[in-house]
Amino acid sequence: MNKLKIILSGIVKNNPTFVLVLGMCPTLGTTTSAENGMGMGLATTAVLIMSNLVISLVKNIIPDKVRIPAFIVIIASFVTVIQMLMQAFVPALYASLGVFIPLIVVNCIILGRAEAFASKNSPFDSMLDGIGIGLGFTLSLTVIGAVRELLGSGAIFGCSFGIGDYMPLLFVLAPGAFLVLGYLMVLFNKLAKK
Amino acid sequence: MTAVLFGITLIASAGVGVVNLITEEPIAEAKKAATIAALNNVLPTFDDNRITELEIDALPIKVYTATAAGEVVGYAVETMTKNGFGGAIRMMVGFTPTGEVINVNVLEQGETPGLGTKMTDEGNPLITSFKGKNPADMKMAVRKDGGDIDALTAATISSRAYVDAMNRAWTAYQHVSAAEPAADATAAAETEAQEGGNQ
Repeated sequence: MNKLKIILSGIVKNNPTFVLVLGMCPTLGTTTSAENGMGMGLATTAVLIMSNLVISLVKNIIPDKVRIPAFIVIIASFVTVIQMLMQAFVPALYASLGVFIPLIVVNCIILGRAEAFASKNSPFDSMLDGIGIGLGFTLSLTVIGAVRELLGSGAIFGCSFGIGDYMPLLFVLAPGAFLVLGYLMVLFNKLAKK
Repeated sequence: MTAVLFGITLIASAGVGVVNLITEEPIAEAKKAATIAALNNVLPTFDDNRITELEIDALPIKVYTATAAGEVVGYAVETMTKNGFGGAIRMMVGFTPTGEVINVNVLEQGETPGLGTKMTDEGNPLITSFKGKNPADMKMAVRKDGGDIDALTAATISSRAYVDAMNRAWTAYQHVSAAEPAADATAAAETEAQEGGNQ
């Protein structure tokens, strides 16, 4: 029960995008379509689970003073590994997400969870936290991406409804990202409070 | 403290190195497969090709001269531009030996989804403006700039970048095809292959 709570907390109570408001750069930048948002979310989830697990395993041997550089080295290595694996075995996915993958290194959610959770909890719990936060991030990005894609280009997951030419393009561009994020944040927090 | 940090970086870099060893070959193969798929898409059937590497406006451009039974059947130019809305755009452009555009395949782009990304769609205004036409007979610029190319709606910057890359492809094509005496293809092909030192 307690374990399930860790996962759920990442999705609702500690939702990285709508509640913690972390990782805004990839959130605003990559959610131009539902597919891009989901891809970015899933890649981040993979890195988050592995980095949380490893950081939790080595937390006792890392001296406090150098913990941030140590965490960053671990995170950056995982990102590089994932990038190379994707490039080698799923080139199609890599072609559509390629530019976002290196951005995961600078995503403060990952370093934030390493600091706030993985360095204080057991490896298994840290992994669950990684899954929860990762799913929360993925869901948020997919929803933002879907709303922007629908409003901006009249499609969802690339399935066009043939109304693309009449939709306000603004939502696919940068200002739309801020508008959609803002309104979804209000909506999410209103619903989550009930 | 230093030792721990050193240890972590050592293990991390060793890990990355190992993964690089595993993935190096599949990555190269995937890239090669993508290039071959693009070549087949923009060229008529061919059984051999050789590569000429050029540099135009300080950008690397590759020209694949495709031959079938020793005769040149077309040229594919791997061209690029840095003027895209979302960074560099790389494209493969196929030319017939006489210079008509056969097809264009966008290899890599980071344009705005729903706007500039339409350049990758089948039958978009840009590709239909070029397909089957000889760039020598038209003004290579979007209509807004007084040219003959229909731009993508609401994506003028992407369209200009596309035309920019096409211009570079055309220059590269002229450069390579001029060095190719079309009549005596076989003999010329051999000398050229040696000079270029290609595959």
